[in-house]
Amino acid sequence: MKVNLKGGFVAALFVALALVPVAAQLLDQPFYMLVAQRIMILAIAALSLNLLMGYGGMISFGHAVYVGLGAYAVGISAFYGVTNGAAQLAIVVGVSALVALVFGANSLRTRGVYFIMITLALAQMLFFLGVSLDVFGGDDGLNIDQRSTLFGLIDLNHRPSFYYLVFFALVTALYLCHRLVNSRFGMVIQGARSNEPRMQAIGFPTLRYRLTAFVIAGVMAGVAGALLANHTDFVSPDMMHWTHSGELIFMVLLGGMGSLAGPVVGAAIYLLLEELLSGWTVHWQLIFGPFLIAVVLFGRGGLLGLMEKGGPMAGRERDDG
Amino acid sequence: MDWTLLFEQLLNGLQLGILLFLLAAGLTVVFGVMDLMNLAHGSLYMIGAFVAATVAIATGSFLLAMGAAIVAALIIGIIIEVTLLRSLYGRGHLDQVLATFGLILFFNELVRVVWGPEGLEMPLPAFFDTAVTIFGFSYPVYRLGVIGVGLVTAAFLFLVVSHTRIGMLIRAGASDRTMVGALGVDIKLLFTLVFGLGAALAGLAGVMAAPILSVAIGMGEEILILAFVVIVIGGIGSIQGAFVAAIVIGVIDTLGRSFLDDLFKLFLPANAAETAAPAVASMLIYILMAAVLFFRPQGLFPART
Amino acid sequence: MAEPLLAIKGLNKHYGGVVATQDLYLDVLAGEVHAIIGPNGAGKTTLIGELSGTVEPDSGAITFAGVDITSLAAPARSLLGMARTFQITSLFMEFTALDNVALAVQAHDGPSFGMWDAARIDEALRGPAREALQRVGLETRADVPAGNLSHGEHRQLEIAMALATQPKMLLLDEPTAGMGTEQSRRMVALLAKLKGAVTILLIEHDMDAVFALADRITVLSYGRAIATGRPEEIRADAKVREAYLGDDAGIGGGGA
Repeated sequence: MKVNLKGGFVAALFVALALVPVAAQLLDQPFYMLVAQRIMILAIAALSLNLLMGYGGMISFGHAVYVGLGAYAVGISAFYGVTNGAAQLAIVVGVSALVALVFGANSLRTRGVYFIMITLALAQMLFFLGVSLDVFGGDDGLNIDQRSTLFGLIDLNHRPSFYYLVFFALVTALYLCHRLVNSRFGMVIQGARSNEPRMQAIGFPTLRYRLTAFVIAGVMAGVAGALLANHTDFVSPDMMHWTHSGELIFMVLLGGMGSLAGPVVGAAIYLLLEELLSGWTVHWQLIFGPFLIAVVLFGRGGLLGLMEKGGPMAGRERDDG
Repeated sequence: MDWTLLFEQLLNGLQLGILLFLLAAGLTVVFGVMDLMNLAHGSLYMIGAFVAATVAIATGSFLLAMGAAIVAALIIGIIIEVTLLRSLYGRGHLDQVLATFGLILFFNELVRVVWGPEGLEMPLPAFFDTAVTIFGFSYPVYRLGVIGVGLVTAAFLFLVVSHTRIGMLIRAGASDRTMVGALGVDIKLLFTLVFGLGAALAGLAGVMAAPILSVAIGMGEEILILAFVVIVIGGIGSIQGAFVAAIVIGVIDTLGRSFLDDLFKLFLPANAAETAAPAVASMLIYILMAAVLFFRPQGLFPART
Repeated sequence: MAEPLLAIKGLNKHYGGVVATQDLYLDVLAGEVHAIIGPNGAGKTTLIGELSGTVEPDSGAITFAGVDITSLAAPARSLLGMARTFQITSLFMEFTALDNVALAVQAHDGPSFGMWDAARIDEALRGPAREALQRVGLETRADVPAGNLSHGEHRQLEIAMALATQPKMLLLDEPTAGMGTEQSRRMVALLAKLKGAVTILLIEHDMDAVFALADRITVLSYGRAIATGRPEEIRADAKVREAYLGDDAGIGGGGA
């Protein structure tokens, strides 16, 4: 059991996240809450990507598209007056699942670099669709005037309420991933990553399982997108841009690919670093770019990999080329 | 049926296709020979465009601008090859994609630091800035020039690839990398040369595109995705595949944007046609890619099986 | 004469100019150990591919347990009862030996869409997996990551995984590949224990193993079967000797 350092660190992170609204209140810095909220929302998206990448060996470079879809589902619903949270959730799940099914069926028959490129291209396709739909704001995006309502019980306009909703969503997502990864289904996905011909030889028609995983990940990212829309009160096609997919991949990497809570750590590191650096200089990408390169070259196990015996190369995954 | 418009758009499509080919050729050769996925290819294209615009503004000479762009892209390309990309050969494609993604961020910012956040206008010499009459309608000389230069370059590439030793190594490398190494060829040098070739092509594409498309930060990424679609459809590692796919994509994209709403109006109410057409037009190539991959997952002319 | 369990009729496969399988006819009877031997390049690897579903033949038919499996995908063949092992070890290296076998059990225990219950404590999977490990003698190594097992243990694990799928026929691709004399002997003993309980189609280079186990032998040369019969018949067959370059030692003596 690799609890100790790794587990302790993750637990501490969650405790910290839970206490942020309190700290923000005391220090009169509501900004902290917004940063932490964004971290948690993107962590959910990164978690879903980790299911695909870390456990399933599917490197999707178009995962941000599902975040965008979820956000637009909320945005467009609100645009037409549908603000009931449950209804919106149903739309989010339906749309993300459908698109993931279609995109997945199309791309999962390819491998390695073809898969990367086709997921990238399909995502951009939707980005351009969003840009060209002027009725929903096109390039400029869509403002959301009304936040979702959750059975009239929780007022999502109340910041701490929304914060804890997001926190709850993250914890739930983490738990669901935990169960999924260790279930029979999870075994198939991991086996398919480890040695797909072997899986086929013992009797698993792997495509349907990988497609299912792809859809599940898409839906989870869609839910993250729905939360993001409520967080920013704004949706734009930019949310689907492939550079955001790259960011998600980095978050998974930074935390340690294939470790369950890694993406949460990774999201925190990535976004905090971005905040920090952009506060120093407007040209922060001059530093951030090379930093990312360094991570790729030297730190593949991510932060949690560093904490495991074996140092930086410990969780090192051999990705499907 | 407006035939002149159709013909004009066909030429525009051809020209876009040529540009895509220049970009995709470098990408696909680098991928075929070194198995390297280089997202920063678009950055080399961008640098080519910016350098070209700067030199053209300073000297007024298009030829000098072209030379400078190619040389700049070549030099920067070789620098990143020697310093960074060498450590990426043999590492999985994910590593390469991510590392070159970091390069994109760096180069976009670098360009912003050197040239500022606004883009540049690439001036055209008077000679190019005119139009010529073909079949009764006028078409810009410059665009014809792009088509011409592109076709010449394509021909040159085909000659190099099929008739020279390095071309043979490129073809061999694309289909069996380990064998090339076993043949005792200086792999490091070959890789650097091939990458240099790709970089030069990107720079050329940049200078050719500069007067037509905008010279702005991030221009590389926009066209890079199209280049990816080209090589996915054409087949990774194949130059002729890239050529065919690029032309097809260029023509379909251009014609789609011009004529799709007219087409839609044939069976949809005008309102619906006008909203749907631009949306579908921008998605057209990706739908095409998805369709090709559905029937031939390895592309049209795969260099490798 | 009972229906053969596996019947190959007129199978053909060529790669460009190279003929890998040529008008091949072969029967495997239920309960027998049928060995396939032949010099390198005889088409044994292609045949395994055609049988397991990873290589599509150009023409011909393969019938297994009464079903035409010629174009059937690999997973479906496994579900029909054909289990194969790989010549070059193919396992799930990050998983433990027990996990490896449990996956094989799981594949034949219905669809795997259960997303809630932990698979590693599922006795319906662990129980049969442990039994299979016991049959091949690996029960003490159950919790060792497959990557840390020795080469011989890898070959044993391959057999365990095949057995775990309750197969009608084992398709063994050079089970003694890469093994020294002592290990090979142990592998042969293991396979001998399985004789009769399950039909075995055995591709092998190791002639000691072949003659110790086989009820019948088919000799492949340039993609076609040049002789089929009982071991003594094959040993005496002139065509076979010729195929092995007229070398007596090639058939009667040591292998590989």
